[in-house]
Amino acid sequence: MPDTNSNSAAPGTTQPGIPQVQIPPISLRRRVMDHVMTGVAVLTVVLVLLPLFAIFAYLVYKGIGSINIAFLTQTPKPVGEPGGGMANAIVGSMVILAIASIMGVPLGIGAGVFLSEYGRNRYGDIVRFISDVLNGVPSIVIGIVAYGLVVMRQKHFSALAGGVALAIMMVPTIARTTEQMLLLVPQAIREAAYGLGVSRWRTTISITLRTATSGIITGVMLAFARIAGETAPLLFTAFGNQFWNWKTDQPTAALSLQIFTYAISPFDEWHRQAWAGALVLIVLIVGAVAAVRIAVRHGTLAGA
Amino acid sequence: MSNQALPRPRFSAPEPERGSSPQGPKAALKIEATPTPLLLGKVSEIPDAAFGWAMRLCGLAVVALLGLIVYQLAVGSQLSWHAFGWKFFWQSDWNPVEDQYGALPFIYGTLVSSLLALIIAVPLAIGVAVFITEMCPVGLRGMLSFTTELLAAIPSVVYGLWAIFVMVPLIRAYAEPFLARTLGWTGLFSGPPYGIGMLAAGVILAIMIIPIISSITREVLVVVPQHQREAVLALGATRWEMIRMGVLRNARAGIVGAIILGLGRALGETMAVTMVIGNRPEIAKSLFAPGYTLASVLANEFTEATGDLYLSALIEIGLALFFVTIVVNALARLMVWSVTRGQPARSIA
Repeated sequence: MPDTNSNSAAPGTTQPGIPQVQIPPISLRRRVMDHVMTGVAVLTVVLVLLPLFAIFAYLVYKGIGSINIAFLTQTPKPVGEPGGGMANAIVGSMVILAIASIMGVPLGIGAGVFLSEYGRNRYGDIVRFISDVLNGVPSIVIGIVAYGLVVMRQKHFSALAGGVALAIMMVPTIARTTEQMLLLVPQAIREAAYGLGVSRWRTTISITLRTATSGIITGVMLAFARIAGETAPLLFTAFGNQFWNWKTDQPTAALSLQIFTYAISPFDEWHRQAWAGALVLIVLIVGAVAAVRIAVRHGTLAGA
Repeated sequence: MSNQALPRPRFSAPEPERGSSPQGPKAALKIEATPTPLLLGKVSEIPDAAFGWAMRLCGLAVVALLGLIVYQLAVGSQLSWHAFGWKFFWQSDWNPVEDQYGALPFIYGTLVSSLLALIIAVPLAIGVAVFITEMCPVGLRGMLSFTTELLAAIPSVVYGLWAIFVMVPLIRAYAEPFLARTLGWTGLFSGPPYGIGMLAAGVILAIMIIPIISSITREVLVVVPQHQREAVLALGATRWEMIRMGVLRNARAGIVGAIILGLGRALGETMAVTMVIGNRPEIAKSLFAPGYTLASVLANEFTEATGDLYLSALIEIGLALFFVTIVVNALARLMVWSVTRGQPARSIA
């Protein structure tokens, strides 16, 4: 007590033992600054959301009017003729995406399992870093690689080449999300399985992967949504096609390619169809993601 | 460096079938007198090893992908590399008819449009991130972050479509005349207002990279420890002072990382830029003038490249783009990791 008394003998204190510190009121300048910055932050949010709403509003406004049965069932008409549609492009997109998923999803999940279950070491760190870096490689560069790998060998553009390009883009994304989901599975569950005499591979497949199923599927769908709208890598792999094509080694139309071709054309009719195509593309992406989510929650895919 | 904060799974300890190897698993079961074995049949080590190697192979495939990309680009660009050498990156002459190729206009266009995008996007993205983590009412938070992430899900070609038919006319009618009147003296905003050009490319790129920068900045701001905020507030700071001194200063390195990641995305963005930049290989000071980027020259000319040297020059452009984005991304990842993984927050300077 005596110590505190002597220490607190600051100017302005009268009572010993209780130091009286004058807290100056927050100055007007600081208070105004606080309110101004709050206002600025709100303004940035409005400015960022504005284009989002503008894009969706325009998409629906321009697209709805142009979508009809013909658009969904017919192939493109030559310039000048009204009507026609993008049916072949919609199917082509699905074929390319299916090829990409068949190749990319198992490889990506496998790499994710490696990172989580076998990659807690220097090699894992290298793979982890490379997949992060691969995620940032521009999609058009991936297109060049697929061109060199498939198109140069086959001597013509094909759905297969488009699928390869998109698969390369899927792998690193799926690997990283799968790893993160597997790491969320508690170690105790794995140990419980080992304790029952279950071998390691069986534990990984039936216990670890099964527990993380819904998370992994969400990650796969995110990767799928990302590549579904890709245009750049398809420009010189799938190339586009005005007609129906059911062969995977022939040039194939894709929705995103068709939107691009129509958007930069000088014809109003094609502009209208580009908007309709964009709306269909967004609806397909959102629909696919939603459908899988519902299946995960209620259906046979439901995890443990 | 990456898995410091995560629990290290232990795989060496639980190997029950190996422990009883002298007598074999069957003998072990007899001694334990288990009523019914949970796994019927003998536990073999072969599937275990096979599965392990299959997974390692998948991991190796990721590395192989990188090798494949480098190999394809390097082999493809041989011809052009031998013809032009380093000069390729300093020549501004792009003439397929005379087989003269120089990448300078594309490098210039890529850098200028990306920097323009950063100048527009960074303040907005940081503002949104700060609002969502520090100021936003809790009820609004989830909706806002979901909506900004929705921006990232829109395909590039749809951005381009919107930019051509909605944004470019607006820029031509309002933004460019206004900028020419107020800032025309700088020389950056002069010439006829086409609408299409470097400025339009910068704006659409900014809209596209805001979600990336904003979501990673948010990730970084969230890991700033709560007691940093409380300490600054306890000293009598206002909320803005708390954000400036307690939050933003601690998250500096991570925010810079987020910005560089955004830059990486902007450098490689193809479709939307191709649709609005004007596609003319010229170096002009004015931002109203049309330009060209590395990615958009690939998009436009790759399928039309007739000569071997032409194709090779385009692949070399792809190689340059690849290396620039790899370096930018690696740098950004390291900076974000330094903040979000395990490192204690530094004290307030």
